[in-house]
Amino acid sequence: MMNLPTREQAGVLIVSVSGRIDHTTSEAFAKALDPLLDRCTQGHPPILLDFSAVDYISSAGLRVLMMASRRSKAQNGSFAIAALQPMVQEVFAISRFNLIVPCYASVESASKVIGS
Amino acid sequence: MKQVVFWGTRGSLPVSLSHRDVREKIIAALTAANGKTFKTREALDEFVDKLPFSVAGTFGGNSSCVEIVGDGPEHFICDMGSGARPLGQAKIARYGVPNAQTYHIFISHLHWDHLMGFPYFAPMYIPGNRIVVHGCHAQLEQAIRLQMQAPNFPVDYSQAGALIEFDIMTPDEPRYIAGINVTPKLQMHAGDSYGYRFESIDRTVVYSTDSEHTLENSAEHDAFTRFFYKADLVVFDAMYSLAEAVSVKADWGHSSNIVGVEICQAASAKRLALFHHEPVHDDKQLARLVVETRRLEQITRGSHDPLEIISAYDGLTIDL
Repeated sequence: MMNLPTREQAGVLIVSVSGRIDHTTSEAFAKALDPLLDRCTQGHPPILLDFSAVDYISSAGLRVLMMASRRSKAQNGSFAIAALQPMVQEVFAISRFNLIVPCYASVESASKVIGS
Repeated sequence: MKQVVFWGTRGSLPVSLSHRDVREKIIAALTAANGKTFKTREALDEFVDKLPFSVAGTFGGNSSCVEIVGDGPEHFICDMGSGARPLGQAKIARYGVPNAQTYHIFISHLHWDHLMGFPYFAPMYIPGNRIVVHGCHAQLEQAIRLQMQAPNFPVDYSQAGALIEFDIMTPDEPRYIAGINVTPKLQMHAGDSYGYRFESIDRTVVYSTDSEHTLENSAEHDAFTRFFYKADLVVFDAMYSLAEAVSVKADWGHSSNIVGVEICQAASAKRLALFHHEPVHDDKQLARLVVETRRLEQITRGSHDPLEIISAYDGLTIDL
């Protein structure tokens, strides 16, 4: 089971993700994210993935993010990603995932938008 | 195997440049010339060669048709999209009439954009030629006959002068055909599609188009990694962005540049040709796509050997 430490800050549930998310770890990532997404509904704190310690993400990992974003929308919750490393940021841009999953430069800037 | 020649690289539907597209290219070239004069044809050619491909050239608009030039006299062709028309003309120009040739044609699937060039493939009307259509769909012959039956086409299939044979292959079973081992593989696409791995004594080419990849399925990832293993060239369906392929266009049966790079890296393939271009994309968008894909390969390479990325265009010849 992948470890995803969480903390609540300014009304946002910040989830720290780290390491590589590729086709060998994406399933564990999805499973670890699942119980958090259960609570990603209207009236509950928005979920913000802190990606500052993620140094690689593959297509399989990106798919997990798309499914998470889609599920949170269906539940009227709020889901976003922040603090992508430059290389991961490029992968998001090339795959056009920056257009379908809300991405922010930092945890602070994201919290200001999706919090409260 | 010596070369791969791309006769048609467009996905789904043939397209052509519009009046406006040509005008934009002329304006861009004249702007780049900036009043310069050219005293010789050589000087002009040199200038044009330095222009971006999206200005000086075009990716073209014929639908899927790829030729593999083998070491022997027999011809190998993947799919019969509209690119089969210029291919057939080139063969007639090269060999004349009559000059009996054998053509092995491998059909990925029976959708129209992969068959529509067959009635325009001139060698099929020349007596003495032999055409063997290989594929894994049980309805292969029926589908090819149907498009040459009234009211679909003015010339009936029975008018073909060439001897046409059909060979139903079995997925994962290699077949030795005129010096090349050919192995089909089932792919995810509406009505099924099949990729082909061509292995000669010293070269391997994989043709894998109209193939969607389920990213959550690691067994499938491993199977395609084996299928692409150490290929000299992988021709890959990169029709959509990854975001499109897994969201609004999920289940449409196509893949992305990102997945192509990932599988080729895992398989230690040498060259990846982006193929089956989205008809909506213009030359600028396709040129940007190949630049981005090269960058992706660079930043995700890790300990892998470099993977050369090209974007296939109509008329491109690659030495293997």
